[in-house]
Amino acid sequence: MSDSEHDNNEIEARARRLMGAMKGQEPAAPLVQPKMVVEHFTASFAGAASLKNISLTINPRERLAIIGPAGSGKTTFLRSLNRLNDLEHGFSLFGRILLDGQDIYGPDVDVPALRRRLGMVYATPAPLPWSIYENLTFGPQLKGAKGRDRLDEIVEAALRGAFLWDEVKDRLKMNATNLSGGQQQRLCLARVLALEPEVLLLDEPCSGLDPVATAKIEAAMAELKAKYSIVLVTNNTKQAARASDRTAFFLMGELIEIGPTSEVFTKPVHGRTNDYITGNFG
Amino acid sequence: MRLSPTTTQRIAVTILWTLAAATIGMLVFIVAFILVQGMPHVTWEFLTQAPRSMGREGGIFPVIVGTLWVAGLAVMIAAPVGVITAIYLTEYTREGKITLVIRFGADCLAGIPSIIFGLFGFVFFVITLGMGFSIIAGALTLALMVLPTIIRTSEEAIRAVPRSYRDVSYGLGATRWDMVTKVVLRSAMPGIGTGIVLSIGRCFSETAAVMLTAGSALRLPTSAFESTRTLALHFFLLAREGISMPKAYATASVLILAILAINLCAYWVMRRFVAKVR
Amino acid sequence: MKEATKDKFISLILLAVAMSAISGLAVITAFIFKEGLPIMFKVGLGKFLFSSDWYPHEGSFGIFPMIIGSLAVTIGAMLIGGSLGLGCAIVLTQFCPPRLAALLKPCIELLAGIPSVVYGFIGVVILVPLIAEHLGGPGLSVLAASVVLGVMVLPTVTSISVDAIQAVPRAYREGSIALGATQWQTTHMVILKAAWSGIVAAIILGMGRAVGETMAVIMVAGNTLDLPGGILDPVRTLTSNIALEMGYAAGEHRQALFATGVTLFVIIMALNILALTVSRRRTRRVGA
Repeated sequence: MSDSEHDNNEIEARARRLMGAMKGQEPAAPLVQPKMVVEHFTASFAGAASLKNISLTINPRERLAIIGPAGSGKTTFLRSLNRLNDLEHGFSLFGRILLDGQDIYGPDVDVPALRRRLGMVYATPAPLPWSIYENLTFGPQLKGAKGRDRLDEIVEAALRGAFLWDEVKDRLKMNATNLSGGQQQRLCLARVLALEPEVLLLDEPCSGLDPVATAKIEAAMAELKAKYSIVLVTNNTKQAARASDRTAFFLMGELIEIGPTSEVFTKPVHGRTNDYITGNFG
Repeated sequence: MRLSPTTTQRIAVTILWTLAAATIGMLVFIVAFILVQGMPHVTWEFLTQAPRSMGREGGIFPVIVGTLWVAGLAVMIAAPVGVITAIYLTEYTREGKITLVIRFGADCLAGIPSIIFGLFGFVFFVITLGMGFSIIAGALTLALMVLPTIIRTSEEAIRAVPRSYRDVSYGLGATRWDMVTKVVLRSAMPGIGTGIVLSIGRCFSETAAVMLTAGSALRLPTSAFESTRTLALHFFLLAREGISMPKAYATASVLILAILAINLCAYWVMRRFVAKVR
Repeated sequence: MKEATKDKFISLILLAVAMSAISGLAVITAFIFKEGLPIMFKVGLGKFLFSSDWYPHEGSFGIFPMIIGSLAVTIGAMLIGGSLGLGCAIVLTQFCPPRLAALLKPCIELLAGIPSVVYGFIGVVILVPLIAEHLGGPGLSVLAASVVLGVMVLPTVTSISVDAIQAVPRAYREGSIALGATQWQTTHMVILKAAWSGIVAAIILGMGRAVGETMAVIMVAGNTLDLPGGILDPVRTLTSNIALEMGYAAGEHRQALFATGVTLFVIIMALNILALTVSRRRTRRVGA
C-alpha cells in the first residue's frame, strides 16, 4: 500500500468515526476535517427520487471519482453539490450537505457565492462566444474584480493552472470557439479556476476528447489536487482507476460502495460493483 | 399524351423561374418607377423647406420631422416594453398555460389590421383621453401596433441562445439578472435589434392608423401634442387629391429610400453580428 | 439584500411591465367589441351582416356588400399571391443555387417593406388604366384590387412557405432522388406533400393580411356601395368602409363602423386560429 493510500484509509476510518459521533454521541475531536459531508441526502424531481439516502464525505486535497452506469444519479449528485438543481422545476431534497461544516441548503446561504466556491466543468465544452480573455474575466468581474492589471493576473494564473497558458498566451483576444475541443475544455477548467474555488466538480470532462487531450486534463487534475478537492464523475472506469484517490460506485440513485480506488478496483465489497467494473453490465 | 419526366421537369422549371422572375421584376419595376419619376424633384430645397399651398409647392420638411417624431417615439415606447416582456416570458416564467395564452394573444394581435388600431387610437387616445390629433396619440397607437412583433422577434432571439450559456453562467456564480443581461441579451441583441429596426420601417409605412390619430397638419410640430403628417400620409393625400404629381413622386421616393435604408441596416446588423455570435 | 429576494423583486417588476403590455393589447380588443357590439344587436345580427342597405343617414346599416367585397378581393389576392408566392418559395428552396437564393430572399422581403400606399398608387396609375382599356369597365375593380393585394401578400406567403419546405427532413429529398425521381417529381410528389400544412398555413395567414389591408384597396377598388357583379366591377371592402367614413361619422354611424371593425376582427381571428390549427396538426404528425 502506498503512502497516500494509507493516508486515505486513515481519513476514511476517522470520517466514519466522526459520522458515528454526529449521530448524537459526544463529538470526538476530529483530526482531519472533511471538506464536504453529505448526510442521508435524497433528491427528487417531481416526486420521483433520483438520489436515495446518499452519505459520504469529500476530503481536502483528494480526487474522488464517481462511477456508475447511465441514470444512476451521478450528474444529479454533482449538481446538488453546487445547487444547480435548484433551477430544475419540481426539485426537492431531504438530508444535508455540509461545506466546511455549514449546510449549503440552509436558509441564509448566498447561492451565487456558493457556486463560486464549487467550480463545475461540464461534459461538453461550453465556452461563451466571446474572447478567451473575456471568458476568463466574466466570473471574477461578477465577484467585483476590477482593473486591467488585476484581471491580467487572474487570467494568467487560471490558464497556467489549467495547463493552457503556453498555448494561448499570444491570442487571448481570439474567440474561444476557435479553440480545439481539448483546449476549450481546459479553458472551461481555467474559467473555474479564475474564481479561486475550493472544490472542483468535473462532470465527465473528457467524454468528447481524444486520448492526448484527455491525458492533459488528467495531468492538470493531478497537479490541482494539491490545492483543491476534486469530484470527478466519469463513465470511463479506466480513467477512474488511474486518475483518482477514492472511488464511489453509484447504482440507480444509491451509493453502493465507496473506498480507496485501489481497493474498490481490486477487492470490491459488493457484487454489483464487481459486475460494473468488469463490464458484466452497464 | 404522356410527357416524360424530364420534359415535365423542364416545363415546371421554366414556369417556376418565370414566376420568380416576374416577382423580382415587379419589385424592381415598382421601385424604379417611383424613383425615376421622383428623384429629379428631390432637391435639397425639397427636403428642407416647408410646403406651400397644401403641398403643391415647396418642400416636405415638416413632414419628415413629423414622421421621425411619430416613428421614433413609437419605437422608444414599444422597444423596452416589448423586450422586457420577452425576457419575462422566456427567463422568468416556466412554459405553461399562461405563457401559451400570452403568446397566442400576441400572435393574433400581430395579425390585426392597422385600421383597427387606428379606430382604437382615434376613440381612445384622441377623444377619450383628450389628446386630440397629435404626435403622441399616433406614437402610442403605432407602439401598440408594433409591440406584438417586437415581443415575438425578441422571444425568438432569446430562445435561440443555447441553454449551455445559462448553465455556465450560473455555475460561475451569476445571478439570474446577471445572466440575462450580460450573457443572454448580449447574444440575442442582433435578433432583437433587427426586430426593432424592422418595426421602425413598419411605422414609416403606416398610413391608416396615423391618419386617424396623428392627423394631417402640415405645420412644423413643436411639441408632442401637436398634430402632424407622415411621409406616407402626405404621399397618399397628394396623389389621391391630385394636388401635385411631381411632389407626390418625390415624397414617395424619399419614403422608399428611407425604408430601403432601414431594411438594409437591419440585414447588415443581422449578418455582421450573427456570424460573430455563432 | 439576499439574492433570492432581489431576484423576486426584479421578477415582479418585469411581470408588471409584461402585464401592462398584454393588457394594453387586451384593452384594444375589449374596446372595439364594447363600441361595436351594441349596435350590431340593435340592428339585428342577421340584418347587419346580410342586408345590402348601407344608408347611415337613415340609420340603416347592412354590410353585406362589404363582406362580399372583402371576400372577393381576398380570394383573388390569394389566387395571385398564393401561386406567385408558392412558386417563389419552391424556386428559392429547390431550384436555386444558394448564392442566388441569398440574394433573392432579401429582395422578396424588401417587397414587404414597400408601403401599401405606394402599391396603391402604382395600381391607380398603371394597372387601373390598363384594365379599363383592355378589359373594359372603370378599371377600379375587384381585379385591380386582387392583383395589387396579391403582390402585397406575396412575401408573407413566400417566407412562411420557405420555412415549411425547409422543415421537411433532408432524408425525404435524398430518398426520392436516390430512387431515380427528377427534381420536379421529388418536389411535387414528396416535399410539397410533406410541407403541405405549412404551406396552407402560409396561405391562410396571407389571407389574413389581405383582408386587413386598407390604403391600397381604397385607391384601386372603386369604393361603390353596390354588390359587385363580376371581377371588373368596383367594390368596397370592410376596411375601406371604416377608413373612408370614420373621419366624419358620429353617433350610431360611428358605432356601426366599430361594428364593421368587430366583423373584421372576428374574421381575422378565425383565420389566425385556422392557420395555427393547421400548422400544429402538421407538427404533431411529423413528430410521430
